[in-house]
Amino acid sequence: MLDTTAFDLRRYIQGNNHSLGVWITLIALIVFGLLRYENFGGSYNISSFLNYNAMFIVIAVGMCFVIMTGGIDLSVGSVAAFTSVVAAYLSPYGIQVALPGAVAAGLAIGAINAFFVVVMRIPPFIATLATMLGAKGGALVISGAQTISIDWSSNFTKLGLEKAFGILPWTIVITALVVFGLWVLLEKTSLGRTVLAIGGGEDASIMMGLNVTRAKVLVYVLSGGCAGMAGLFLASGFGAGQPLEGIGWELSAIASVVVGGTLLTGGMGSITATVAGALLLGLVFNILNFENGRGVISLSAYWQMVIRGAFLFVVIVFQSRVASSAQKGAI
Amino acid sequence: MTMQNKPVTSASEPTAFKFEWSMISRHGGVVALIAILLFNILITPNFLHPQTLFVNISQVATIAIVAVGMTLVIATGGIDLSVGAIMALSGALAPLIFTSPFAEANPELGLALSIVVPILVALACGVFNGALVSLLNVQPIVATLIFFISGRGIALVLTNGNLQTFTNPAFSYLGTGKILGFPFQGYLVLIIAACVWWVMAFTVFGRQLLAVGGNERAAELSGVPVKRVKIGAYVICAGLSGLAGLIVVAINSASDAARIGNLMELDAIAAAVVGGTLLQGGRAPIFGAILGAVIIQLVKYTLLANGVADEVALIAKAGIIVLAVYVQQARKE
Amino acid sequence: MQHLIEMSGIKKSFAGVVALQNASLHIEPGEVHAIIGQNGAGKSTLIKILTGVYRRDAGEVKINGNPSTVSTPREAQDAGIATIYQELSLVPLRSVTENVMMGYEPRTRLGTIDWKTAHARTREILERFGIHIDVRAQLGSYSTAIQQLVAIARAVSLNAQLVIMDEATSSLDDQEIEILFGVVRELKKEGVAVLYISHFLDELYQICDRVTIMRDGQTVGQRVIAETTKLGLISEMLGRDPEEIEAAGMTGLGGETTEPGRPLFEAKDISTKRGLKSVSLTLREGEIVGLGGLLGSGRTETARALFGMDTLRSGGIQNHVVGGNIRTPAEAISAGIGFLTEDRKREGIVPHMSVRENMTLALLPKLKKMGRVDRKRETELVERFITSLGIKTSGMEQPIRELSGGNQQKVLLARWLALEPDVLILDEPTRGVDVGAKFEIQSIIREYVDKGLGVVLISSEFEELVEGADRIIVLRDGYSITELENPGITEESLIAAIAHHHDEGARG
Repeated sequence: MLDTTAFDLRRYIQGNNHSLGVWITLIALIVFGLLRYENFGGSYNISSFLNYNAMFIVIAVGMCFVIMTGGIDLSVGSVAAFTSVVAAYLSPYGIQVALPGAVAAGLAIGAINAFFVVVMRIPPFIATLATMLGAKGGALVISGAQTISIDWSSNFTKLGLEKAFGILPWTIVITALVVFGLWVLLEKTSLGRTVLAIGGGEDASIMMGLNVTRAKVLVYVLSGGCAGMAGLFLASGFGAGQPLEGIGWELSAIASVVVGGTLLTGGMGSITATVAGALLLGLVFNILNFENGRGVISLSAYWQMVIRGAFLFVVIVFQSRVASSAQKGAI
Repeated sequence: MTMQNKPVTSASEPTAFKFEWSMISRHGGVVALIAILLFNILITPNFLHPQTLFVNISQVATIAIVAVGMTLVIATGGIDLSVGAIMALSGALAPLIFTSPFAEANPELGLALSIVVPILVALACGVFNGALVSLLNVQPIVATLIFFISGRGIALVLTNGNLQTFTNPAFSYLGTGKILGFPFQGYLVLIIAACVWWVMAFTVFGRQLLAVGGNERAAELSGVPVKRVKIGAYVICAGLSGLAGLIVVAINSASDAARIGNLMELDAIAAAVVGGTLLQGGRAPIFGAILGAVIIQLVKYTLLANGVADEVALIAKAGIIVLAVYVQQARKE
Repeated sequence: MQHLIEMSGIKKSFAGVVALQNASLHIEPGEVHAIIGQNGAGKSTLIKILTGVYRRDAGEVKINGNPSTVSTPREAQDAGIATIYQELSLVPLRSVTENVMMGYEPRTRLGTIDWKTAHARTREILERFGIHIDVRAQLGSYSTAIQQLVAIARAVSLNAQLVIMDEATSSLDDQEIEILFGVVRELKKEGVAVLYISHFLDELYQICDRVTIMRDGQTVGQRVIAETTKLGLISEMLGRDPEEIEAAGMTGLGGETTEPGRPLFEAKDISTKRGLKSVSLTLREGEIVGLGGLLGSGRTETARALFGMDTLRSGGIQNHVVGGNIRTPAEAISAGIGFLTEDRKREGIVPHMSVRENMTLALLPKLKKMGRVDRKRETELVERFITSLGIKTSGMEQPIRELSGGNQQKVLLARWLALEPDVLILDEPTRGVDVGAKFEIQSIIREYVDKGLGVVLISSEFEELVEGADRIIVLRDGYSITELENPGITEESLIAAIAHHHDEGARG
């Protein structure tokens, strides 16, 4: 009577199928690209694709942590814009100053979010909306609403141009390290598990004696730090601090996280699938470029917004079916 | 519930205020409004000039209209991020229609279509949002994210990203017309707000909407058509956004799909929250939302008129939002 | 002898409302101690003060003779106090292992979580209770009973000196309760004290050593359980004379059984996805049909099917009064069926709304006059029900959340009675309601039944069923297995019917 299940394959798939869709679609798109376009699998395309999308991946991963607690961080785009300006101002002192500087700026804004949410108990949606506006204003104030060119003579330029150990651009290497570090944090540490537990039930987590406050502060600070890192990449990728950039990034990041199968209500989530989600959304644009390159059709860049939206729609419909069936199983 | 809106409309008697903390927090919006007005009368040059009033009315109108729709959606416990994109869509469609050869040939019909069709399209977007939320149980943020991303994309594709300028006095009346010297859209806001307030206070739909936001399960088990009510809220919100898009285009006599309604979702949410709407749902202070929109507009105006940069105004807006919600939160505990 | 826990003179109030005044509690090492009291007596508040969820306003707490410094649940756990709450204490989305180990995970040498050991240790603890499940699976994919036992497993794994069980058995069946009692006795043998909170007095006599009785935020007595009688405990709990209680009868549901009228509906062999296999029942005007059975036997599921919440897989419901197929609650309501749900907070009240708005929520379509709510009729109706049901409220515009549980329940009852339904399904109508209001609610129901209302009654309290129901359909595992008819049903015969078929089922 009590030993109902030793191991149930259906249950296993049900537990993981939230992120199944994103992997299948991603692989399908890659195969499609490889078969259809000659240079799709070329090292130039791969490297520039990853280089450009690094900032979106980093932001999405940070966002994933916030969402797993059942929160949300709308400030990431503005924070990236802000720290790109910070990075550009610090670029004359070299990457060894600009990198910690930009990340620290991001962490600081993340700490403000954490203060609003944890101490002042303002709903995350509103709190981060406010810091979004604040950070945007801050970016415009310190830059005088101008793009701030980086110092081309310093080693800051190496970040996007030079390859680490002659293989991949530094941007990609750093991104990979960040992703790996956060994966370990989530999967292998008590703190990471607490993050998931909070999303699954905040009151229950408190009752279990988990340090909920610490974990909640962590996720907002972390997300801010990730956005700070993205701002650094932004400055290096465009050769300038971009106070006007970052609009709508938070929503792309949320889209990546959701496409990756993380529940917006929190409690379940995956770092790897979030990365896949970000790659998937980026790939849509990449493939669109290739398709235009063939000269048969010519879709303007605006189409990518439409297609991304359509993509999100398909994934959401797919997920909602999965979620509703899983829910029925659970209750 | 809706009764609580009454003090908002009777803001004309500041002497009646006893300065207790509970009063201030309950009527925080009104207090803030009075403070801003006093500040401006004393400091800002030409604040009492009618021109100032007109400028502010025409600017606040679109925020207020969208905020009313947003209030309904939030009252169901949802949120609508797509309002700005829907504004862009309807704002891009209108000039396309009345500058088409068909409309040039039939100006009256063309004008009518250029107002009706964009709003119908907006309503359809609302049906889509509502259907995703209520039929597929998609979380509102995600569901409306779809149009947030692709709605503006569609508008840009339709116009090829071009700025459409036009001269069409009849259409521009929406944005520049005056009745008794006051801007037309000011009246529009009041009419819309009054209608929606009436619906929320006195109709079955309004009651059911608040019940859905207050406790969805309970509402469903009491026979409330939850899905229909939710779709209704999103449809109304989208329709109002469509209208707001038309007004923006009419004011400027130009339509730029990339800019119409940009960040409007944030302004509308902020206005609703400042006006006392609970994010958890269950309350819909319509006039509160108008008040919220006015406060946000006035703060922006105050700072600009006093030579404070646009950027700093953003930070101020952030401060207002945090403060409003914090007060709301504190009152609850 | 030194007390393990010594709480004395505890005071606590919330926003001016006194929850505890001069409450005390003494627990010896290794004893099984019960706290009893009505809802609102302050049991939960007292425990939450002990476990650091709330801060006391005044009083003293000592653990092992030393003043307690516990101010968070975590510190309570570290001080050797593990708590199993009725709800809220687990995370269903996470795995079984995580729920048992969370916060105390075994580490590898690198400082990361050692999942292999964690899974193995969890499996080991659960097997001690005789539970063999996949510990990697989501906790939420298991039944409530297993989740409850997992919570207990967590408490045990923390090497606690005191395990607090707050209504731990409310969702367990007999067999699972036996397992739980086994665990309690095991803990006792190991010198671990257990603080046991339960509404089921019979359970206390089975496993408890001593009992603390609370009333109105005060500790009114502490007894050795073997020296008490059930009636004595109840009278102390209620603050009334034992004779008085005996004379009044236990419930207000009993009454003259009138001749039942025409049939209202007939459900034949209905089954649903939710675990209803084959249930048949008929209901006639002016009768109460009880659904008997243990939790999970299909009582609530039957109600859900009748109310159109779950689609029928097979079988059919013939509705004699209105007819037609019922697929949604809205259709059920227009067919003359009402459903007072078990979970008042989640499925009943709309907290922001007033008494008036809550009461007329289901009635809105009938109050509609050209889209508008007919305010005049609404007000009259609400006034009438407030008076006739004796709802204690400062006025119909008072938000329902400010009312006591019993009065909230009356408002919800009025919500359905206002519809003048033919059929009313009542799922645990008196749960979480104090004794006075309970009696009143039962009397109201009886009054309406005498006027022709048909009631389907679900109750975990056997005495409510036995006294109230004209017939009882006994359910087990989603099947209706037998039918008992009043007069003639006793608590013993009902229990026997459930148990008898239980044994039979186990053999077959």
